[in-house]
This record gives sequence, structure tokens and C-alpha cells, in this order.
Amino acid sequence: MQLARVVGTVVSTQKHPTFEGAKLLLVQPVTLDDAPRGTALLAVDSVGAGVHEKVLIVMEGRAAGEALGRKGAPVDAAIIGIVDRLDVVE
Amino acid sequence: MQLARVIGDVVATVKDQHLSGIKLMVLQPLTSDGSATGRTLVAVDAVGAGVGETVFFVRGKEASFPFHPTEVPADAGIVGIVDHWDVEPERPAKGPEPRTGNREPKAMRQEPKA
Repeated sequence: MQLARVVGTVVSTQKHPTFEGAKLLLVQPVTLDDAPRGTALLAVDSVGAGVHEKVLIVMEGRAAGEALGRKGAPVDAAIIGIVDRLDVVE
Repeated sequence: MQLARVIGDVVATVKDQHLSGIKLMVLQPLTSDGSATGRTLVAVDAVGAGVGETVFFVRGKEASFPFHPTEVPADAGIVGIVDHWDVEPERPAKGPEPRTGNREPKAMRQEPKA
């Protein structure tokens, strides 16, 4: 799993039927220091996250499909949690 | 999933039999501001996307799910056509939001290029 920040929303009318009703958010993976890491990606939202929130995402097909709750959904990333607080001891 | 622009298609006569009848498109992945990023790739098309359109695609074996029960040998697949996407400007600083009554700055709306 990875930390990410929700940066935007995506609207798509023509899409695979298993995406019907699913919320698609643009998320930017971040480091522990909140710095952007890599390219922003699209994730389905299963927890009701909003823009600007820090979230926990899975980037693996099976886990993402289970988060969406639909079998055979062609997804590879999903938001599975909203981060309240992050404590790192170094 | 990732945003991408369809920049071409691939014609292959000799190919895995499970790929017959499936469109192969050339994709250029995009950043959240719509600029190109990373290497181009070829993806199977499950939604009828055309060249020039902005799409989102899935990586991995999930790319073959739309063609179930056919087991398509693909590692990337287009699963949606993007109408538009919005990137919210970053919030200034931490702390409670000031309640001024002013409207929030409008999100930067990204329209797919024609």
C-alpha cells in the first residue's frame, strides 16, 4: 500500500460497465514527507475520500477489485483508507 | 489506472488467436496537467476509443478482464474514455479554512485536446 494525496476528479461517460457508479479520483503518490513521488494515477474510491485528503491506496489488481466489491472489474488501483495521522519514528 | 492520450493504433495480422478482433492502440501516458510522461505503450481497447481521445487504462492482467471468458494475453488495456478531469489547486497552509464568503478558486478543468 502507498500514501497518496487526492488531487482531482475524473469524469468518464464511456467506460467499462463495472465502473458504473464508481468514483474515480486522481491521486498523487507522496513520500512520508508529503512530497510528490512519480506520476499521478487514477484510483477507484471505496471509502468516500475527497480532494486534498491524504489516503492509503492499493496498487494491485486483486486488492483493488475487492475494494470496489465487483468481480472481474478491470481496476489496478483503489483508495482503501483516509489517513488521519501518520507517525514516523526515525 | 493512468491517464493517457491515444496517439495511434497497431495493425498486426499474425498474432495470438485470442487477440483477433481486438483493437490495439498506442498510448502516451499523461500527467495530471495533461502533458506527456513516460514511455508510450500498446494497449488493448475495451471501450471503443479513437485516436486523439484521452482515456484511462489499466495495467496488469486486469487488462484482459473486459474480454472474459477469453483469456487475452495483454498487460495494458483501455477501460474508459475521459470526458474531462479536474485538478484542484493546492490548499495554501494547514489549519482551519478561512470563512470569507468568497468562492473557492475554481478548479483547473482539463479538457481532452481535439
